[in-house]
Amino acid sequence: MTIYLDHAATTAIYPAVAARLVEDMQKLGNPSSIHSLGQSARGMLESAREDLAGVLGCDRNEVIFTSGGTEADNLAIKGLYWKATNVDPQRNIIVSAYTEHHAVIDPIEWLEKFQGARVHWLGVDERGVLDLAELANFLAENSSQVALVSLMWVNNETGVLNDIERVVQIASSYQVPVHTDAVAAFGHTKVVFLPGLTAMSLSAHKVGGPVGVGALIVSRAAKMISVQQGGGQERDLRGGTMNAPGARAFASAAVLSAAKVHDEAASRQVLLDYLVEEVSKAIPSARFSRGSAPGIPDLAHFTFPGCSGDSMLYLFDQQNVCVSTGSACTAGVARASHVLLAMGRSEEEATGTLRISLGRDTTRSEIDEFLATLPAVHAAALKAGLTA
Amino acid sequence: MKVLAAMSGGVDSAVAAARAVDAGHEVVGVHLALSRNSGTLRTGSRGCCTIEDSMDAQRVSALLGIKYFVWDFSERFKMEVVDDFIQEYEAGRTPNPCMRCNERIKFAALLEKALALGFDAVCTGHYATLEEHDGNLELHRSPATAKDQSYVLGVLTTEQLKHVLFPIGAESDKATIRQEAADRGLAVAQKPDSYDICFIPDGDTQGWLGEKLQEEPGDIVDRNGRKVSSHTGTHNFTVGQRKGLHIEQPAKDGKPRYVLEIKPATRTVVVGPQAALAIKELGGQRFTWCGVAPQNPEIPFEAEVQVRAHAEPVACTAMLRDGELMVITHEPILGVAPGQTAVIYVGTRVLGQFTIDRTVSAVSPESDE
Repeated sequence: MTIYLDHAATTAIYPAVAARLVEDMQKLGNPSSIHSLGQSARGMLESAREDLAGVLGCDRNEVIFTSGGTEADNLAIKGLYWKATNVDPQRNIIVSAYTEHHAVIDPIEWLEKFQGARVHWLGVDERGVLDLAELANFLAENSSQVALVSLMWVNNETGVLNDIERVVQIASSYQVPVHTDAVAAFGHTKVVFLPGLTAMSLSAHKVGGPVGVGALIVSRAAKMISVQQGGGQERDLRGGTMNAPGARAFASAAVLSAAKVHDEAASRQVLLDYLVEEVSKAIPSARFSRGSAPGIPDLAHFTFPGCSGDSMLYLFDQQNVCVSTGSACTAGVARASHVLLAMGRSEEEATGTLRISLGRDTTRSEIDEFLATLPAVHAAALKAGLTA
Repeated sequence: MKVLAAMSGGVDSAVAAARAVDAGHEVVGVHLALSRNSGTLRTGSRGCCTIEDSMDAQRVSALLGIKYFVWDFSERFKMEVVDDFIQEYEAGRTPNPCMRCNERIKFAALLEKALALGFDAVCTGHYATLEEHDGNLELHRSPATAKDQSYVLGVLTTEQLKHVLFPIGAESDKATIRQEAADRGLAVAQKPDSYDICFIPDGDTQGWLGEKLQEEPGDIVDRNGRKVSSHTGTHNFTVGQRKGLHIEQPAKDGKPRYVLEIKPATRTVVVGPQAALAIKELGGQRFTWCGVAPQNPEIPFEAEVQVRAHAEPVACTAMLRDGELMVITHEPILGVAPGQTAVIYVGTRVLGQFTIDRTVSAVSPESDE
């Protein structure tokens, strides 16, 4: 049997959500059509918007459905940046951190390369915790030139939980908009649309919904420019025929997973603590990447000195254990993790990484099976060395 | 056997992997990521090393029902192949990076890693054959003369030969391989062959080197040391080059002049008549034997030498002398530059190879007058 411990890459869709999705996809009607079938589809979409807003504690009008987290990040970053520079060309600094997901780093670097943006990358400590004093100092000096701050809620590789409330507090005092990529946070810690937050990205398939659906929650007060024109179906910020069945499925999964976060936080933490302790016992040289930093209870990231991540991945796969070296990336190449490099680790250390991410149904016996394969995998990977 | 199929994304390695599966081996496909900037899908395929090639290899693996992984050797590749390439040009030599990649990456780093991870052998889509004689493995030319790749495998050692498989090595022509790929439903059947140097995608070696190396002006001289022109850097030249010399005075014989020698220490490029490119003797300190070494290599023996991947082999007398493997050719040969690899054959067998660091012209400088 396959042991799947890569739920941070994608996790199983709730069976009830899948069944309903299949049913809904067979219903005829475009939410923008005026006739009765169109109105039924609209009803499906808007009920989804209300349910998701209910989970997040935001206004229903603040929910913009997208094709996923990456599109949401692009819309937030480019939309906020363009609006800010459109009003005041001097306001062209983006503040972010190099531990962000590529869905945030890449649009920022694109704006830097093609649109004249300036970027201030905040530092993190060796655990991956953001230097918020630096954020406060930077904004104190430069806030009139800052277009937006974009900082993730939870890091997708290390599971570090950032103090987004504090980020919002700092930025709000300078009236600087804040975007947060909450894709890795949603379903793993309590996520609400915090007062003062400007925009927040979410993805359905990380919480038991389908791939291809996401949302950007955009404050009603936010000033942004649309990225994708063509009908302006979603509050004039996103054109394109709306995916009502997908939105419905996302909202249903969000409701189910939010309840899970609330009810099972303690038991999941016990499971993670057990995993971290047993890995340290089995492989004393292994390092739990986030150390003492606050983090989500579903993700453990380790470095194994002297091993390369791709050797370990291959060996685990031979044992039918699916894990990851970090975030899944282009063409399946296991590269040195940019997150670990940003945390000040050496290229060598950032190559020997393993991310074990737990799902809603992960059991202790699955963890035990993983732990049983670990010593032999580690020994062989050590022998194969750092050939990368 | 547990076999790692090295899959470039091209048709040869795809069919090789398929045949390894047919032979009953337990096969895992591995694509080597060799560049940190392997480009995007939009830059298309080169036959190896781009993302599109990696995806082609993955698709073939799925059709063959084997597992597939991408292993990152980009750091090793940069150090062992790319940096070596630059240093060789800096030193006035003309390196063969594909050879270096076989020597240091495919049949070294990859093979070592494969053995450490429990594989018995690495299989590739090279055209060359392995033969066993008296319990010893020998590397031989492929019967497909036009595609024969034994030259670039000349760096393999006895130990490495024990752990390699060339399932398509005895195939007589490439069309058969393409047909087989099509019959197997592999989408790479009509994919063009790879060309040029993989880390110089536009094929402009001089331009690429120009970005890496500083301009260091020097003289262009004839074989008697007389200055005939000047240049901006020795890396712009390779032995045998005729164009781009910018010599204004014509030679006495009125014929074009060619680069004969590059001396980076004095930043000098030596030019002369085409006839002077003819080489009769070459040798190198850096050599390996492929398979069992001859018992008394100090005693001169008859062989053939090949100095480029698709060059004609030339009859020669070979010997080991003062720690140098060297050959004296029976006929003068053209197109020899230090840094190139000379592979020594006895019949169809690859006996060994050396990196050329010394050549002797068949024509004396006095004849330039």
